[in-house]
Amino acid sequence: MAYTKAKIKDLVDGKIDRDTLHTMLSTPKDRERFQMYLEILQEQVPWDDRIILPLGPRLYIVQRASDKRWVVKSHAGHEFCDWRENWKLHAVIRVRETPEEMEELYPKLMAPTSTWQVIREYYCPVSGDLLDVEAPTPWYPVIHDFEPDIDTFYQEWLGLPLPERAEAA
Amino acid sequence: MNMHTKLDGIVRGGETLKEHRDRLMEATKKTGHYGGIKKMELRDSQPILYNKLFSRLRAGVVDARETAKKIAASPIVEQEGELCFTLYNAAGDAILTSTGIIIHVGTMGAAIKYMIENGWEHNPGIKDKDIFCNNDSLIGNVHPCDIHTIVPIFHEEKLIGWVGGVTHVIDTGSVGPGSMSTGQVQRFGDGYSITCRKIGADDTLFRDWLHESQRMVRTTRYWMLDERTRVAGCHMIRKLVEEVIADEGIEAYWKFAYEAIEHGRVGLQARIRAMTIPGKYRQVGFVDVPYEHEDVRVPSDFAKVDTIMHTPSEMTIRKDGTWRLDFDGSSRWGWHTYNAHAVSFTSGIWVMMTQTLIPTEMINDGAAYGTEFRLPKGTWMNPDDRRVAFSYSWHFLVSSWTSLWRGLSRAYFGRGYLEEVNAGNANTSNWLQGGGFNQYDEIHAVNSFECAANGVGASAIADGISHAAAIWNPEGDMGDMEIWELAEPLIYLGREIKASSGGAGKYRGGCGFQSLRMVWNAKDWTMFFMGNGHISSDWGLMGGYPAASGYRFCAHDTNLEKIIADGGEIPSGGDTDPQNPTWDALLPDAKIKRDKQAITTEAMFKDYDLYLNYMRGGPGFGDPLEREPQKVADDVNGGYLLDRFADTVYGVVLVKAADGLVGVDEARTGARRAEIRKERLAKAVPTKAWMAKERKRILAKDAGVHVQQMFAASFKLGPEWAKGFRKFWDLPEDWQLLEADLPIPSYGREYSMDISELPDVRTVKFVDE
Repeated sequence: MAYTKAKIKDLVDGKIDRDTLHTMLSTPKDRERFQMYLEILQEQVPWDDRIILPLGPRLYIVQRASDKRWVVKSHAGHEFCDWRENWKLHAVIRVRETPEEMEELYPKLMAPTSTWQVIREYYCPVSGDLLDVEAPTPWYPVIHDFEPDIDTFYQEWLGLPLPERAEAA
Repeated sequence: MNMHTKLDGIVRGGETLKEHRDRLMEATKKTGHYGGIKKMELRDSQPILYNKLFSRLRAGVVDARETAKKIAASPIVEQEGELCFTLYNAAGDAILTSTGIIIHVGTMGAAIKYMIENGWEHNPGIKDKDIFCNNDSLIGNVHPCDIHTIVPIFHEEKLIGWVGGVTHVIDTGSVGPGSMSTGQVQRFGDGYSITCRKIGADDTLFRDWLHESQRMVRTTRYWMLDERTRVAGCHMIRKLVEEVIADEGIEAYWKFAYEAIEHGRVGLQARIRAMTIPGKYRQVGFVDVPYEHEDVRVPSDFAKVDTIMHTPSEMTIRKDGTWRLDFDGSSRWGWHTYNAHAVSFTSGIWVMMTQTLIPTEMINDGAAYGTEFRLPKGTWMNPDDRRVAFSYSWHFLVSSWTSLWRGLSRAYFGRGYLEEVNAGNANTSNWLQGGGFNQYDEIHAVNSFECAANGVGASAIADGISHAAAIWNPEGDMGDMEIWELAEPLIYLGREIKASSGGAGKYRGGCGFQSLRMVWNAKDWTMFFMGNGHISSDWGLMGGYPAASGYRFCAHDTNLEKIIADGGEIPSGGDTDPQNPTWDALLPDAKIKRDKQAITTEAMFKDYDLYLNYMRGGPGFGDPLEREPQKVADDVNGGYLLDRFADTVYGVVLVKAADGLVGVDEARTGARRAEIRKERLAKAVPTKAWMAKERKRILAKDAGVHVQQMFAASFKLGPEWAKGFRKFWDLPEDWQLLEADLPIPSYGREYSMDISELPDVRTVKFVDE
């Protein structure tokens, strides 16, 4: 099933109609979605670097326009690190580890007990956008949650040319 | 399928069951294709016939489920649909299954394979019209309350397959009443255990079985009627297979029974390529086991400890669309009832995948053959000790699977398949359980299945659905209050959405709900709580917050009899804001328990005592400051969000409208959100600065004993995971954390004895260990 770019934009904006949504869920996937999706996202970001892969609503792997290096970049324009690294290590973090901090989010008794579980919020250092939340025990390493094999994805799975990638000197 | 020529076994063509399965497994291993089927002859040469066979059989197993469940008396089966029927080929591999609790595609298959590997063919013998029963968790079942009825299917005096039916029964005669009880810490307390026992011949149940089994459980009537449900469904399906063979021929059926599995395997691979992105995905799940508390009364001192169960996972999606799920670093099994067999852990993942990656009717063992699992031996989901208990294995099954949603959803999000993104499932609790004498003056046990309708995780395009579903039963339902009141001596004083239980986000998690029950017309009655409390196992995705965690409320000696007689106000509705409770003041003399102890063992209840059954919500997606402000107001108006969190979480300034509802002050909301972004940055530090501080705490062993025990146990069982931990925190060589050094007992740490060490027992290995 193929969809118009307008329909995919509706999906991205959370405005998709129920009939189309049902079709999307119940029929085989549209292979061309990825390119259409990238075009829509590209139109929505305030910078010119080419989006290689979206990592979240406000986070992307991009090809930096100036030197073709691939980096993780936020919507607000903060460049975190090389695309292969864990961007969270280059973000800013707030850890909720007291009952008072937890109860800003949940009613008392419905919040996790902070000696068992903490809440770690990773923000974009430029905008304060909340990019990811981890809720592990104390001491838990920061999780490197996704290491995409973009070369295979573009070339072998989608039949797309791999965008140029300059490596760090 | 090539037919074998040796003529002494019971399988069609003359092989023994063992020879048949060995040949299939050898060919699978050698070729990478199920049974060595490189070309699906029937499917390719007669696609219409192939699809006709599939559709007719599939419709038949669904029909058997729908029809048979109406025979059952147990509300768990009839109201919640806690049953499933699956058709197997001669080797015990699932061809297709009904709807319902489809985790049992694997578990009943594991039972058949156990019979095959342990020579059941010769002793006790497998004949046409035999009936077998199994609920043994040591060989693959989820927990003892899932009772399997297994019937072989013969054609011209040779075995051509099996049909299995399963229901979740309400009691198995465990230490405490209820199907998923907490009071025991070893399998021996889990209740009646049946290992692939022949319980009938000539389509008739043996009298000794009927007499023995009915007295092994508390809820005899439900037990017997549920058994009739399973037998009826199995016989309906056996008859269907006979009719299909009469119409289409045995050759076509026989080919279909094996090709369908290869088809399922190939189908999974194709779906992985069509929907995901190759690469590595990492995630983790936790759940609390708070057993040190005085209201957890267990027989063994060594079990009276607080611990945390831990399941890190690494999912590798390869170029060719195959994948591997590695759970290195997972916790050891423990002295509680939350352990699981490898088959239930892996088979349950298919239940989840049918809701996302493979949402087709063709659910069979093909997907299992298309996946590599690594579950280290000795972990909670692949125990190496025959004493472990399984009664509520779901406590951590649901909590560890929820993390896999996040991994898959990163792939879907990256590709733009936003409609498939799901932040996670809810922790499917609380389980209201207990027993005693009921309103009909009979020995009784209860397990309210209201939590078949928890909140669902948010997606990348919409909120999660509220009070809607449970991961383990895609067709779950909360059930009718009137039916539960018939089944339990507990009157409803309220049923209400649980506000703020769904995780916050641009799209919030679905909310759970709550029921306030008053004990009525019960005698010698007990109840207990079973759910997550200190830990929210469902994290949230890409800026979304975890679902709320659990707590308990109950009230004893309420004096409600007099309050009602006097026409006074009584608690009703929901415990809307547990931070500002309203019920407690209405019960001045009551003994109230209102705390984070969401797991307890049997406590005594009597008429007019109260029990709050709180069903959890799902996790959120995306930054809550991105949520459309009007939706926040709608949530407050609809009872999904407590109004103070509109400000602190969503930065939405509400205004009262004339109709009593709240609306949004757009301008002040914009300003408030900008202010929150600034506050966030003011309170945040660079991650590496926080890491330096946290590292010092690790070096100083500054964490609760339960946290340290979790890490120490994972280090021991998962040396690779331990290496990663040490590397991440750059720990010196001399930093060691050993369970032996902690001030709590750790029985089972060094000594264990697996069921495979018993005489004459051959266990079946399903995963890389």
